[in-house]
Amino acid sequence: MMRFLLLFSRQGKLRLQKWFTPISEREKKKIIRDMTTMVLARQPRSCNFLHWKDLKIIYKRYASLFFCLAIENQENELIALEVIHRYVELLDKYFGNVCELDIIFNFEKAYFILDEFLMGGEIQETSKQMVNRSIEASDMLQEDDSSEWFEVELFG
Amino acid sequence: MINFDSVRRREPVRASFTNLWDIDDSSYFLASLRLRMPAPIRLRELIRTIRTARTQAEEREMIQKECAAIRSSFREEDNTYRCRNVAKLLYMHMLGYPAHFGQLECLKLIASQKFTDKRIGYLGAMLLLDERQDVHLLMTNCIKNDLNHSTQYVQGLALCTLGCMGSSEMCRDLAGEVEKLLKTSNSYLRKKAALCAVHVIRKVPELMEMFLPATKNLLSEKNHGVLHTSVVLLTEMCERSPDMLAHFRKLVPQLVRILKNLIMSGYSPEHDVSGISDPFLQVRILRLLRILGKSDDDSSEAMNDILAQVATNTETSKNVGNAILYETVLTIMDIKSESGLRVLAINILGRFLLNNDKNIRYVALTSLLKTVQTDHNAVQRHRSTIVDCLKDLDVSIKRRAMELSFALVNGNNIRGMMKELLYFLDSCDPEFKADCASGVFLAAEKYAPSKRWHIDTIMRVLTTAGSYVRDDSVPNLIQLITNSVEMHAYTVQRLYKALLDDISQQPLVQVASWCIGEYGDLLVSGQCEEEEPIQVTEDEVLDVLEGLLVSNLSTPVTRGYSLTAIMKLSTRFSSVNRIKKVVSIYGSSIDVELQQRAVEYNALFKKYDHMRPALLERMPIMEKSASNGPTEIVQTNGETEPSVVEPKHLPPVTQPVNQANDLLDLLGGNDVVPVIQNTMPTKPASAGGELLDLLGDLSLSGGPAPAPASSVPTSQPSFLMDGLSSQPLFNDIAAAAIPPMTAYNKNGLKIDFTFERANPNPNIAVITIHASNSTEADMTDFVFQAAVPKTFQLQLLSPSSNVVPALNQGTVTQVIRVLNPQKQQLRMRIKLTYTLKGSPVQDLAEVNNFPPQSWQ
Repeated sequence: MMRFLLLFSRQGKLRLQKWFTPISEREKKKIIRDMTTMVLARQPRSCNFLHWKDLKIIYKRYASLFFCLAIENQENELIALEVIHRYVELLDKYFGNVCELDIIFNFEKAYFILDEFLMGGEIQETSKQMVNRSIEASDMLQEDDSSEWFEVELFG
Repeated sequence: MINFDSVRRREPVRASFTNLWDIDDSSYFLASLRLRMPAPIRLRELIRTIRTARTQAEEREMIQKECAAIRSSFREEDNTYRCRNVAKLLYMHMLGYPAHFGQLECLKLIASQKFTDKRIGYLGAMLLLDERQDVHLLMTNCIKNDLNHSTQYVQGLALCTLGCMGSSEMCRDLAGEVEKLLKTSNSYLRKKAALCAVHVIRKVPELMEMFLPATKNLLSEKNHGVLHTSVVLLTEMCERSPDMLAHFRKLVPQLVRILKNLIMSGYSPEHDVSGISDPFLQVRILRLLRILGKSDDDSSEAMNDILAQVATNTETSKNVGNAILYETVLTIMDIKSESGLRVLAINILGRFLLNNDKNIRYVALTSLLKTVQTDHNAVQRHRSTIVDCLKDLDVSIKRRAMELSFALVNGNNIRGMMKELLYFLDSCDPEFKADCASGVFLAAEKYAPSKRWHIDTIMRVLTTAGSYVRDDSVPNLIQLITNSVEMHAYTVQRLYKALLDDISQQPLVQVASWCIGEYGDLLVSGQCEEEEPIQVTEDEVLDVLEGLLVSNLSTPVTRGYSLTAIMKLSTRFSSVNRIKKVVSIYGSSIDVELQQRAVEYNALFKKYDHMRPALLERMPIMEKSASNGPTEIVQTNGETEPSVVEPKHLPPVTQPVNQANDLLDLLGGNDVVPVIQNTMPTKPASAGGELLDLLGDLSLSGGPAPAPASSVPTSQPSFLMDGLSSQPLFNDIAAAAIPPMTAYNKNGLKIDFTFERANPNPNIAVITIHASNSTEADMTDFVFQAAVPKTFQLQLLSPSSNVVPALNQGTVTQVIRVLNPQKQQLRMRIKLTYTLKGSPVQDLAEVNNFPPQSWQ
């Protein structure tokens, strides 16, 4: 199974964190620190796999974002690369030419998409269209933000 | 008349619009005049604001301000803004700020009827409310309700949350709901329920049985999402239970058929990735087939064809095709496949090695490393490609290639391989040098075609990576050199020349000085047969050795070696006076070790001059008591060489010192090296125990007959030699006398103690612990610690491993030695730490049930 997925920028700022096992806050912070240090230190044309403790770390850079996925030792690294790529494709389809700013300002949507693609450390849906359709349908269910009303000036 | 004072003052500025509609006329005015604070800022607004902060301090200030506003908003129990506030809180949480005060708010959001609220609420729960939090369980009821909601997307949210982070209690409570949903015809829910079931099983393995009926028709689904998650569920069940595995073996034909359809079917836009249909599903099916086919001939046979088909038909131009091939290779190697298929698999790996893509090369090397033991010949065919990978620029690939190269070295290819590996050693990064040097020594020892080649190889390593070799390889090398009698002249000559070039690499210098001390006479007499003998005078040799003594580059250990070497030359060279002078100078050295040696050597010149020639005679060939590589040296303590000295001096001297040394060993925790290390093994004990500390260091056998480690007991006071192997050596001897006992048995971990009495000291009890694990998962990072009351002394040797295999498939053993001079009742406190299924476990226990024979 996958253990965690982290997205961070080239400066090491975290943009998304998904943990598939219960870990203390302190431990999470430490892992994030370790991952960002390790991955950002890699040479540009190195292979995308690292070893860390008893896990394999698969990382890939897309524009200004690093996607870092940790899998257990018996998992297939090459398909993990495909998992990362698939997630990027899903984000791209949803946001239209996705860039880091989209994920910063719409992080909750990035999570929603992830939760339709992966669950409990495993792949949930292998069809891009199905994931997209679920997200679109869920978005439609979202009530209009009724607090809109509160913004309207009563006088003048 | 409206009393304005009674109007609850909130905040200034805007009036609410909506409020005008949902209240009755009488409070119309009140409402319209109600003063309110501006609405909490929107999420995007907050993000934008925070990003404008130029310093960390500025950001912190903004966040604190916003958190305060959010907190007061929470206090007001404002339903409208709760969602927005929690979203903002989650953003701030991602930046690293505490957000625990939002936990209850998430619960309230989850309980809300609005989908937006639930969405954010469940997201917040997954980020803030993992099972370590106290309020985690409060979610259970909400999730239960939502699992039965009329909208499938709400049900989906609940399933997702439960399946990602539900605690064991929650899983127990809700397993029934999940099982129900697993049988629904709604594929959207069914696939989520399947993964949720996987999580439940991981958390509460006992519940696995209840999902069995629902798995009946899972594989007949057409929907790929359901198919994929079903395969995951089946895999999980088969991995955890041999019964389930046997039960599901009958699915092999169905799985084969599904896989075949995937490969043969035409283009399916919904699942296509670079021309391959649903690679994720293919990989999962291959993995399940691997588990089902392992150690089962029939299943393996049923999948032979499809595996061959996948292996030959899969497109390899993109990563996705190679991912499938990789999984196929792993499956072929693990099941009972026919040899043709295995060769096909290894050839695929060989082709991977030539791929331009680094990732593929890396994966190939890793897989070949796994298969090199079982399919050695097939992997050998790719040796040259593997060796080429040593020159790769990527660090991970280099390391794998190095490990694999060492695994491939055998008697036939040793010369060629060693050439490549030595070249690698020259040019590799420092992080590799130590491992590479050790590997070279090990390989050379096993397969050296000739003694000269062996010594040349060692010389090469010492000169190129001399500072990186492990310290314990020095005695090993020395022993090797003494064994090659005909090479002595050649060896000392080469070492001398190396010293002239460079005295910075300590292991090289130490070996060289030892050899010069022993064979200096051969050096000056120019007797070398193997190569052109060099002309060197006694004075030149002494210059070099004295240079070592004064050089800043030499460590104290090295100085000790060179001083002793100089001393030895007093019987081989004629310039005795010069040597006497050197030795007497160091009699007042600040270094206590050097001083002691010099004083004793001085004594040799004066009072014991008649003994000097005999004492400094050439060393005999040393037998190695354990033929392990350079990484494991068996050391004896106070052991003597066979010949040389008046034997009557030996017994009275060795006994008491060794008793003292026994105690010394016990005082040092896990370190089994004797206290008197780093000394020269030149002088056997003669008169005075003060010379005894010069012994040790080399692996010496006791007595003229070689004594292999296992036959140690009785006459040898070589206390340490027994303890160093992790097998208890005295097992057969005294085991029957003291019955074994179970010291600990909890949560599937059982620790048994077996006893021996250590000869010759009856005060020492040797206990071997045997740890076994009856749970279904391995216990990793297993550490055993023990403490005893003050009147005892305890020594813990290295464990056999730190993984206790599941289902009693093996034990971890570790030796404890307890010194009990006062013969008190033995008691012990033990601490056990290990990791089981990802969670760390720790336990303390007292062991009081030692049999009386163990301490009486």
